[in-house]
Amino acid sequence: MAQLTMIQAITQALDIALERDENTLIFGEDVGLNGGVFRATEGLQAKHGEDRVFNTPLAESGIGGLAIGLALEKYRPIPEIQFFGFVFEVMDSIVAQMARTRYRLGGTRHMPITIRSPFGGGVHTPELHSDNLEGLMAHSPGLRVVIPSNPYDAKGLLLASIENNDPVVYLEHMKLYRSFREEVPEGYYTVPLDKANVSLEGNDITIVTYGYMVREALKASEKLKAEGISVEVIDLRTVQPLDINTIVKSVEKTGRLVVVQEAQRQAGVGAAVMAEIAERAILNLKAPIGRVAAPDTIFPFGLAEHDWLPNEEDIIAKVKEIVAFD
Amino acid sequence: MAKVKSFNPLDFAKQVESVDAIFPTVQILDETGKIVNEDLVPDLKDEELVELFSRMLWSRALNDRSTTLARQGRLGFFAPTAGQEASQLASHFAFDKGDILFPGYRDIPQLVQHGLPLHKAFLWSRGHVEGNIYPEDLNAMPPQIIIGAQIVQAAGAGLGLKKRGKKQVAFTYTGDGGSSQGDFYEGINYAGAFKAPVVFYIQNNGYAISTPRSLQTAAKTLGQKAVAAGIPGVIVDGMDPLAMYAVSKAARDWAIAGNGPVLIETLTSRFGPHSLSGDDPKRYRDQASFDEWDNKDPLIRFRIYLTEKGLWDEAKETALIEKVDQEIKDAVKLADQAPKQKVSDFLKNMFEVPTNTIEEQIATFEAKEGK
Ligand SMILES: Cc1ncc(C[n+]2csc(CCOP(=O)(O)OP(=O)(O)O)c2C)c(N)n1
Repeated sequence: MAQLTMIQAITQALDIALERDENTLIFGEDVGLNGGVFRATEGLQAKHGEDRVFNTPLAESGIGGLAIGLALEKYRPIPEIQFFGFVFEVMDSIVAQMARTRYRLGGTRHMPITIRSPFGGGVHTPELHSDNLEGLMAHSPGLRVVIPSNPYDAKGLLLASIENNDPVVYLEHMKLYRSFREEVPEGYYTVPLDKANVSLEGNDITIVTYGYMVREALKASEKLKAEGISVEVIDLRTVQPLDINTIVKSVEKTGRLVVVQEAQRQAGVGAAVMAEIAERAILNLKAPIGRVAAPDTIFPFGLAEHDWLPNEEDIIAKVKEIVAFD
Repeated sequence: MAKVKSFNPLDFAKQVESVDAIFPTVQILDETGKIVNEDLVPDLKDEELVELFSRMLWSRALNDRSTTLARQGRLGFFAPTAGQEASQLASHFAFDKGDILFPGYRDIPQLVQHGLPLHKAFLWSRGHVEGNIYPEDLNAMPPQIIIGAQIVQAAGAGLGLKKRGKKQVAFTYTGDGGSSQGDFYEGINYAGAFKAPVVFYIQNNGYAISTPRSLQTAAKTLGQKAVAAGIPGVIVDGMDPLAMYAVSKAARDWAIAGNGPVLIETLTSRFGPHSLSGDDPKRYRDQASFDEWDNKDPLIRFRIYLTEKGLWDEAKETALIEKVDQEIKDAVKLADQAPKQKVSDFLKNMFEVPTNTIEEQIATFEAKEGK
């Protein structure tokens, strides 16, 4: 097994996918010769040829439409949206077309498309590169939204997404790309979609989170442990659909819940978790549900990201507040 | 009659070829600094020629200094402009302060010449809101990051100017890549349909990050995209400041006279990487392509032209560069003095009247910031 960064794990998954199934195709802006702006597709065009890995003109709506048309021809497209803030250009293709194709056609067609895209704050990008728009996707029926938090999951979830016959929006947090390495098995394996991971077991309180915030939650839990608070951390991995059972089971055990997301408070996934728990396990709760999220402004100007993004300290403060509730 | 008969609507190859013939490239000053098209030489006074060259030199110096600053981590996002001075500054020279500029992320030089204080350009680059707070009399939008978005907006501004009866135009820039976006087509089409006074530039520098121009479209030129919108399209040697100015001036006059928009494709080159956020042009460009364009440098040909006219010399150049360096240093200093941004201010800027949820968050952040 090799120690890989998350981006290396992603490249490896794509390489394996191209190798295993000749119907898989990678396309998007600059994914060919250049290997993408983050080099996620580095070397894949050289290895698999320009028919399988190719650049498109600079038009996201075109990329989405191309994916749909190719999927109808029984290809398995893996398009890249260069940065997820540019998803607005391709909203119609994703939300109004590919997400509903199976439904519209009475279940007679597959849309085995995996849209990969970088997103996420803390890396000082220009406007609309970092925005946390997973909530927009999660609110659209017919899509799976997958967000890995580490190299092992990134590879296994990506392969599972590509294997899946419905559209998956697979979001890669930029801050996770190269920030650490982890053992990643060579060869093919999958991590199941729609299944959360209990990243840390604990008894006093459950933190439900995903993406980069899993790392902040784990750091926070370590410190909280030193103060005698035992935290269970659940990494959603797939934020739509939610793995409700895993969350409910944990809340039944701990009786306390804090949801953590990098996205603005008003924007989704955390709110969906809270609503589900309010409906299914409210009588197990010993305290109100806590929420850690970014404030409801537009994603901030680069120099202010540090003050805007939720972090370890915010999580610690919220957990303590919930644990202290009587 | 015979001519009409010989036109065969099914001769597709001929049709495609014939389009090419209607879009020659306009050039006035060639690579050696010689006038090659006397008829089109613009009517610019000596001082104006010197002013234009000074702006182009200023832009090159700004590019070089910004590159260094970016490498030192003292800027945020920076998209190099070297090579595009004629395309950017000589086109801008044809407009006046009342015209509304819709720039892309690479069009900072025009924005500063249009009136944006330089330190604000640096603050924009670093990711500070002060960089986007514009003086009242600056008719421009902050640089657009979303490729193509500025094109439809310029169409709207043009229509607004027309409705108000103002004798001004909107003008906007994108790249060869940008001309592939849906917004690009929608923008030129709208402006054409409404006869809005807009001048649209496609600065064709050969690459959209790593993707070559040839991959954007099968159309032989980008200027010909004007045809489907029913508007004039012109292709210009974008390394030739006199041609850039002459064509831009004519386009602005045409638009102001009420004829509607013009699309201009400038054939240019960026000498550097796409941006300083990790792009390495050697991955997708060979040395020959750099060499070819180096010889077309707009500064070289303009310098020769002005020197031969007795309008420019080394002493003037040295003095100008020193002045620019000082201007840049002062601007960096000013930018460094910008106060730290507050999340509570961001929250206050979200709505005219804060919503109840936002009010709650303002209180939370003010408490945090007060600590
Ligand atoms: C809608 C959108 N898609 C993708 C990008 C990412 N991106 C930034 S610059 C660029 C290439 C632009 O090329 P071009 O339009 O030719 O302009 P140039 O940079 O060469 O001046 C891309 C793909 C973006 N900013 N906006």
